[in-house]
Amino acid sequence: MKKALLGLVAIGLAGGMSGAIAAPEQDRQEFVNYYTKKYPNVKLDDYVYGALAFDADSKAQYDAIMEFPPFEGELEKGRKMLDTPFNNGKKYADCFPNGGKNIAGNYPYFDDKAGKVVTLHDAINACRVANGEEAYKVSDMKTMGLLSTALRAQSDGMLMNIKVEGAGANAAYEAGKKAFFSRKGQLNFACATCHVQNAGVRLRSELISPAVGHAVHWPVFRGGDNLVTLQNRYEGCYKQVRAVPPAQGSADMNNLEYFHSYLSNGLPMKANVFRK
Amino acid sequence: MRNFRLAMVASLTGMMVLTGNVLAADPPKKEETGKDNAYNRTKGNCLACHGMPTQPDAESTGLYGPPLIAMSARYPDKAKLRAQIWDATAFNPNSSMIPFGKHKVLTEQEIDKVTDFVYGL
Repeated sequence: MKKALLGLVAIGLAGGMSGAIAAPEQDRQEFVNYYTKKYPNVKLDDYVYGALAFDADSKAQYDAIMEFPPFEGELEKGRKMLDTPFNNGKKYADCFPNGGKNIAGNYPYFDDKAGKVVTLHDAINACRVANGEEAYKVSDMKTMGLLSTALRAQSDGMLMNIKVEGAGANAAYEAGKKAFFSRKGQLNFACATCHVQNAGVRLRSELISPAVGHAVHWPVFRGGDNLVTLQNRYEGCYKQVRAVPPAQGSADMNNLEYFHSYLSNGLPMKANVFRK
Repeated sequence: MRNFRLAMVASLTGMMVLTGNVLAADPPKKEETGKDNAYNRTKGNCLACHGMPTQPDAESTGLYGPPLIAMSARYPDKAKLRAQIWDATAFNPNSSMIPFGKHKVLTEQEIDKVTDFVYGL
């Protein structure tokens, strides 16, 4: 177990130097192999439930809560925002392929022309600006957060399908990977310290989730109706290890989301889930 | 749950501020022991990762690291134990353990006291 981990960390660090095109898929396989070897009884499909996959009791409570989600009122607000036309009469649905349905698993993608990673939240803002509206702050849960609940929910069931093709995309992916494996903050944790090395292990009384399966289930509602987006959670992680978080929507955060999302390729999207 | 915890913290902080104001002639604060520092969630927070099987009040302990027991047998050289707490990554670069001294999470004095406490486990 230790050897596998050391190998993974070594690959993570060395990966930055190799530019092989197949590297992302190899990485993903490596992650999956690592977790499934460590936890042969946990099904890969259940990784979308995060730490709940390791604890049947917590999963049963989750299932009960999800029958009547305590955040239904928030979802209603989000749906209203999504369906309300802009001042020019157009709607969000006009900006996205397939009317905005079954698309979230394609984000983030690397935009070769712009030379950067585009998250779904960036695309929402591009849509707003193109239609004469002001961009939302990506860190604002009352606007971008709520809207994203509705847009993402239209992709529930779609399989994550991140593509890393070309030099620019690979560089962004590698930057995200480097961020994932780099120690940060006064407490000296990398994302990998907890979500690879200690996935399925208790920190205090909390079970720690694996990185595979993370990216498919955002936003989450914590403790009832407290809306948290993926990058909002990244910010929380940075702060917990006493590091200064990069701004939400920055290239640093977007590259991390790009790498992190790739790890969940092939797993079903499911927006708006309860987490404690 | 989190909101509840926040509310608790807020009200406790409020109470502390209040007592601070009302009882201006408070006796000087009791000096923190090694155990205090070890248990304090913003200081050593040892229990987040380590069990302490000989301490009945060591509750909801984590499993990132091995249980702290028979420490004087495991570390016949106390200085080695202190060095481990000061920077575990010096001995194992992949260690999850926080470099408490190197990153100044604890003061040198606090590390001395925590070392004494852990050594006695």
